Amino acid sequence: MSILLTDISKNFGSFSALEHVNLEVPEGELVALLGPSGCGKTTLLRIIAGLEHADKGRVLISGEDKTAQSVSQRGIGFVFQHYALFRHMTVFENVAFGLRVKPRRDRPNNNVITKKVHALLELVQLDFLHDRYPDQLSGGQRQRIALARALAVEPSVLLLDEPFGALDASVRKDLRQWLRNLHHDLNVTSIFVTHDQEEAMEVASQVVVLNHGRIEQQGSPSDIYDHPANAFVSRFIGQTNIFDLDEHDADWLQTAGILNPRTEGKIAHVRPHDILVEKSNSGYAASATVKDWQHLGALIRLELVKNDSNGSTAPVFAEMPNDQFKQLKLHRGDKVDLRIRQAHWFH
Amino acid sequence: MSKNSIMPGFRPALGFTLIYLSLVVLIPLSTLVFESFKLNWEDYVQIITNRRVLSSFRVSFSTALVAALIASFFGFIVAWVLVRYSFYGKRFFHALIDFPFALPTAVAGIVLATIFQPSGFLGKLLIDMFGVQVAFKPLGIVMALIFISIPFVVRTVEPVLLEFESAMEEAGASLGATRWQVFIKIIFPNVFPALLTGFALAFARGVGEYGSVIFIAGNIPYVSEIAPLLIVTKLEQFDIQGATAIALTMLIVSFVLLLLINLLQFWVRKRSGQL
Repeated sequence: MSILLTDISKNFGSFSALEHVNLEVPEGELVALLGPSGCGKTTLLRIIAGLEHADKGRVLISGEDKTAQSVSQRGIGFVFQHYALFRHMTVFENVAFGLRVKPRRDRPNNNVITKKVHALLELVQLDFLHDRYPDQLSGGQRQRIALARALAVEPSVLLLDEPFGALDASVRKDLRQWLRNLHHDLNVTSIFVTHDQEEAMEVASQVVVLNHGRIEQQGSPSDIYDHPANAFVSRFIGQTNIFDLDEHDADWLQTAGILNPRTEGKIAHVRPHDILVEKSNSGYAASATVKDWQHLGALIRLELVKNDSNGSTAPVFAEMPNDQFKQLKLHRGDKVDLRIRQAHWFH
Repeated sequence: MSKNSIMPGFRPALGFTLIYLSLVVLIPLSTLVFESFKLNWEDYVQIITNRRVLSSFRVSFSTALVAALIASFFGFIVAWVLVRYSFYGKRFFHALIDFPFALPTAVAGIVLATIFQPSGFLGKLLIDMFGVQVAFKPLGIVMALIFISIPFVVRTVEPVLLEFESAMEEAGASLGATRWQVFIKIIFPNVFPALLTGFALAFARGVGEYGSVIFIAGNIPYVSEIAPLLIVTKLEQFDIQGATAIALTMLIVSFVLLLLINLLQFWVRKRSGQL
């Protein structure tokens, strides 16, 4: 089901959590609400769920105005950051809860409930744990049970609040992939909140970047990465080198192959992989000194210092494949030439 | 506890605990048991099965049970309101809860007797409006015991309600549960073990309560005479063995009842995955 938010505003006392947010989520998408902590992303999710009510604006789910409805009427599935499993119930009863609390005329009989719960537990591959209590499960297992529980009521929309936030790195990686596949199979419109840009880019089909209660940009992961709408998005997504023309970086940038068309802005954002590094052999290219490097797996991140008499001393980061780095045979203190392939300009 | 535990002082701490328990609990209670051994079995049975003694047991245990049930119900509501809502004067009410703990029980008894006696402020009102006489009846004892035992319930339930993860309620609501279903199926089961503890404390206190009860009870034999009063009466008549016989019986019955409540609690916790 599609979700449409129009002109949502929400204040907590004098703190404005959301300001005039408009958002459209087409049916079947897996959308990430991405932003730094305190940007209002969780509040927005809770407003969609009905756990929080907006001061202004409307919430429409598949065209139906749900603004005034409470969470129990909206037919959404919500997965909480710390799972919020019912600790006094077994895994089975947790998943069955949503079916058991239905009004008597809609409530399936016990056989149907049993069958459905086991099917859901098999979907999350945890049927063998059906008689355990939540306290006896690992974090990743609890997360999947919470998801099964939310899916039991066949929600029109699935909302997940920092679904991987409390898990360790390797479990998180597996679950991301798993959530993607699950979404592919079920095709239920889903929104998840995260502060981890890598997670958003990896899992979501659409990313919504929020900051200070406003939407900065909405688009596919590649859109957001390749065409950041503003300096905040560019800084927040991936790593960026920032050069300020007013701080005497202009000449240095020019020798690195980037002209400064001041009409587009005076601050250049350059991705580390858009900087080509060569061993120094001439005097006229933008030169830098190798300070240090880090292994990022397939990539090497070089930390460089510009050889620039009047420029800033902020480090410049460049990334290159491991093989290429080995061929260059760089040492700390080596002089290198830099060539910048492209930059994004902001005011 | 292993020898290499990081926490030092296992031996002195255990030693202290044992000495403390012996001096304060074990020795006095065993003295009671030994003292009653001076009676032979026939005498003991005769004292215990005396009609007046039996009815005092009935009064003591039944009023304590009813009072503990009522105190649990209202204590739960009080704890709920104090935890869930913020209102003007909340801190004042919070302090008020502990009042029965601090008040000399005789003072409470005299005050309750004064207002609930047939000519008293509330007593007159209840008789005029509902024809119910509170004082000098088991109902009066129940009243006094509720007053005494409510803080036990409030103070045991309160921390559990405070700690309760509100996300569980939100999860329940998001799955379509009504507020009532959320309360019955999610909140109450999580608070129930604590409520049971509060009930046990209230009951135990009620069985042994003396000071606050004797004034409002009227102490009419076979009607509103409590077992502790009978013990005191026997002591005043220097019938020490009669007193110990009643005391021992109360001790055993209370012990068995508390054991049963503990077993029930164990079962509830186990069934709800809290063990």
